[in-house]
Amino acid sequence: MAFPQPRTQPPQLTQHLLRTVDCQQGAVRAVRFNADGNYMLSCGSDKTLRLWSVSRGTLLKTYSGHGYEVLDADGSFDNSQICSCSSDKTVILWDVTTGQVTRKLRGHAGKVNSVQFNEDATVIISGSIDCSVRCWDIRFRRPDPIQILDEAQDSVSSVKVSEHELLTGSVDGRVRRYDLRMGQLHVDFINSPITCVCFSQDGQCTLSSSLDGTIRLLDKNTGEMLGEYTGHKNNSYKLDCCLSNKDTHVLSCSEDGHVYCWDLVEGSLSCKLPVGKAVVQSLSFHPSQPHLLTAIEGRVQVWGAEPQDTDAQ
Amino acid sequence: RGHTQDGTTVHRKSPQARLEPLSHPRKPVPIHEQTVKDEKGRYKRFHGAFTGGFSAGYFNTVGSKEGWTPSTFISSRQQKAAKVNARPEDFMDDEDFSEHGIAPSEITTTEDFASGPRDQIRDKARALSSLVAPIPGDNVLEDLISPARTSVGIELLRKMGWKEGQGVGPRAKRKPRTQKADGGPRVYGCALPPNGSEESEEEDDYVPENVTFAPKDVTPIDFTPKDDLHGLGYRGLDPQQALMGVSSTGHVDLFTLDSDRTSSLFGDNQMRHRRRAGVSGQAFGVGALEDDDEDIYHRDTLSNYDSVLGGEEPGDGLYGWTAPEQYNQKKKASYLGKILEGFTLASKAPEAKSIFPPPDLPRDFRPMHYFRPVVDVANVSPIVAQALLVSGGQMSTESAEKGRHQLDASQRRSLLGESSLKGPTSVFDLLDSKDKERLEASTAPAATTFSRNALSSRFQPPDSERLLSAWRSPTADTAQPFRPFEKNPEKQERYDLYISKLKQGRKDALESSLDPNMTEWERGRERDEFVRAAMLYKPSSSSLSCRFTRAKHQDDDNSVEVPRDQENDVDDKQAAVRMKMFGKLTRDTFEWHPDKLLCKRFNIPDPYPGSGLVGLPKVKRDKFSVFNFLTLSDSGLGDNGNQHAAPAAPLGLYQKFFSSFFLHFSLSNTTLRYRFVEAKKLFTRLYDN
Repeated sequence: MAFPQPRTQPPQLTQHLLRTVDCQQGAVRAVRFNADGNYMLSCGSDKTLRLWSVSRGTLLKTYSGHGYEVLDADGSFDNSQICSCSSDKTVILWDVTTGQVTRKLRGHAGKVNSVQFNEDATVIISGSIDCSVRCWDIRFRRPDPIQILDEAQDSVSSVKVSEHELLTGSVDGRVRRYDLRMGQLHVDFINSPITCVCFSQDGQCTLSSSLDGTIRLLDKNTGEMLGEYTGHKNNSYKLDCCLSNKDTHVLSCSEDGHVYCWDLVEGSLSCKLPVGKAVVQSLSFHPSQPHLLTAIEGRVQVWGAEPQDTDAQ
Repeated sequence: RGHTQDGTTVHRKSPQARLEPLSHPRKPVPIHEQTVKDEKGRYKRFHGAFTGGFSAGYFNTVGSKEGWTPSTFISSRQQKAAKVNARPEDFMDDEDFSEHGIAPSEITTTEDFASGPRDQIRDKARALSSLVAPIPGDNVLEDLISPARTSVGIELLRKMGWKEGQGVGPRAKRKPRTQKADGGPRVYGCALPPNGSEESEEEDDYVPENVTFAPKDVTPIDFTPKDDLHGLGYRGLDPQQALMGVSSTGHVDLFTLDSDRTSSLFGDNQMRHRRRAGVSGQAFGVGALEDDDEDIYHRDTLSNYDSVLGGEEPGDGLYGWTAPEQYNQKKKASYLGKILEGFTLASKAPEAKSIFPPPDLPRDFRPMHYFRPVVDVANVSPIVAQALLVSGGQMSTESAEKGRHQLDASQRRSLLGESSLKGPTSVFDLLDSKDKERLEASTAPAATTFSRNALSSRFQPPDSERLLSAWRSPTADTAQPFRPFEKNPEKQERYDLYISKLKQGRKDALESSLDPNMTEWERGRERDEFVRAAMLYKPSSSSLSCRFTRAKHQDDDNSVEVPRDQENDVDDKQAAVRMKMFGKLTRDTFEWHPDKLLCKRFNIPDPYPGSGLVGLPKVKRDKFSVFNFLTLSDSGLGDNGNQHAAPAAPLGLYQKFFSSFFLHFSLSNTTLRYRFVEAKKLFTRLYDN
């Protein structure tokens, strides 16, 4: 007698606004979940990085040390370190508990747009407006990066790291995927400046959003387009896009103050979250649960699938 | 920041400042300062092992400052000294009483008053063995022999009916479950139905209904965290074990041979032979006065070591066909006697090898090669030379001695027996006058008309007078020699001879420096080449020449490093994107080398282990040319993969020819002609495609 198959849950749309947090940081340039989804990082234009608890909405720590706006941040898998990048051309590695600057990585020639840890938190990958992606070594204190990837012909707007690959999106309209295992570089031409790239959870596809107002889901192995999602407005700003935790939906910010959520397979718009009146700058999806963070102006909103009362205090 | 009592703030140093930066480690202690001194400042000498064998008394003498003083000495006829039994402790000093000494004396609580775990290991062992032993809880024998120093809690429990091995709690009406030992192997398989087996029913019969059983005992789990850097299960050195020599728990003694070990069955005798107090072993040596000459020199035999991996075979391996089944491999009967031991029949038949027969030899083939005689054409009559030519023998011309690459095009042509191409034999004729003028203006500032004449009529001997005057003039700067015939040393020598003769002002410089051994045609060619070389590189007779010097690097390096693999055409890709045909049309794949350290950090094996290259592989391509950006993709849009270097090659050659031609004047006619020929051939090939 076999156990019955677990009932597949219907995909949960994060439709309900659970909380709004006023970050008091100027404009929030990026908001990110940490590795387990219990905390969030908000990067502000007042040169600070703040760590909040998602469930309570309380401020836990403020990290100051950058010389200019903080543009992106990422937490390590064990929540002991945070890396952040800024318009001051540096990448800073923070110790979470003490709030001290562990390392300041200098080398980029222009503002650093995007930063991420690798799986084991031994390398920091950063992409900058100087068309280069630099891989910094955390284990040893070396001032130089391990490798510089300068194949891009224009600013690198977004970098993402998986177990064995680096994915970079550049304003020259190309998504570059560096496969370390196979030793290959795959370049996909999109023909329009790319603002955000991300991997899918199953690792078979990549999502890239570009300034022509479309988001494309490309197959990793062949480069074919599996889905195209339009309807939102993305013409001038660097906006984030992401996939939901089970790869059921594609979510994207928009310049009209909404967050658009499409069904991945059909491509139809599932819902449109009314966030505010200004440009929704950044968003981030929880790694395992249907929770969403969005950032607009100086505030961060937490969205969930169930209304407020089911979420624990 | 702290506050003092009157409320002023105190600034402590920030934690970051207190941390010593890693870049300033303390200086290492030099060897001569790495010493151990005892509390009196004396250097400690360790006799033997590092656990501080023993150091003898007072400055390695026995006793005290005055020498060995006995504790009591009363000698008189009246009073006899009381017989005092001297204990060994009398002869020991502080060091012996210290932690690493022979008789460590430490203050401990006596057994009666010790409440905490005195000997954790022993207690745990007892508790565990009480569960594992055949009769659980039956430690009676041990209790009889050793004084039972149990704590008061255990005594109380015993009084209330508890036995060791049982759990603590209310009794329950259950079948006594068999208490398995902790490390029992898990069995995966079908689970027996809970109440259905016969065996359990049998058990029921023996157990009356109204008996209750004590609950199962809790296996003691060791909660002490491991906070040191020792290995797992490390317990340190036990003085008893170290000093008693052979111990019960199996301390492996590497320094006794097998023969010694087996005889330890007769334990007592062996122990008596050994020295007392455990101060024995190889490290301690043998005293001069001792009878038994222990085995000082450890002799190792190879029989102590295995020569085969995998442990010993059980038994003696001499099984025949009556062997138990596990040693008997199932064999096909037909192969019983034929299979070599240790081998079995393969499951797949071996691949059939394809045999290529040797070539068929012609009937008159003789496997002997003999070289045709090389004949010097000068020493031999023309008839013989002619005959040799016909027969295919070799004449000792220059071409015979050179390899393939030292020849120039015309020599090769003659070797191959091709006829020379019709058409303009010199590229110069193709130039229109304007370009010719430009050339001369750039190269020969002094005599422009002169060179033009020379160029237009190749075979006319140039005006040697002018040449002579130029080379001979006193202001001629010949400090920088121009060596046009580097690759041909003999020719270069002749050229140098010619130049030197020119400098001397000899009119027959040209004719006298040609090689009389060469054919007439070759001599004519060389004549022209020499003249041209001399003309073009006439020494500059201006005073400015001393301000210039030859460059160290060739500045005409027209190449630049570009990535080897180029992307496909952008326009095609844009069209594909507009048509939404992503995939092969829009994707390019390149070979990319990650840095070795990056692979290590990502925990991935290096995909290109031998290559020291990092990033995209690069090649040198020529600059300044439109041809760099032309890509020949005759396969069209479907070219998925690396851009081949081959289509670029003929274009590269052609444009290299042009660029070098215009940018710097390459002297040798022959090279130019070769290039032109090659380029023409390639172009015809291209156009035909």
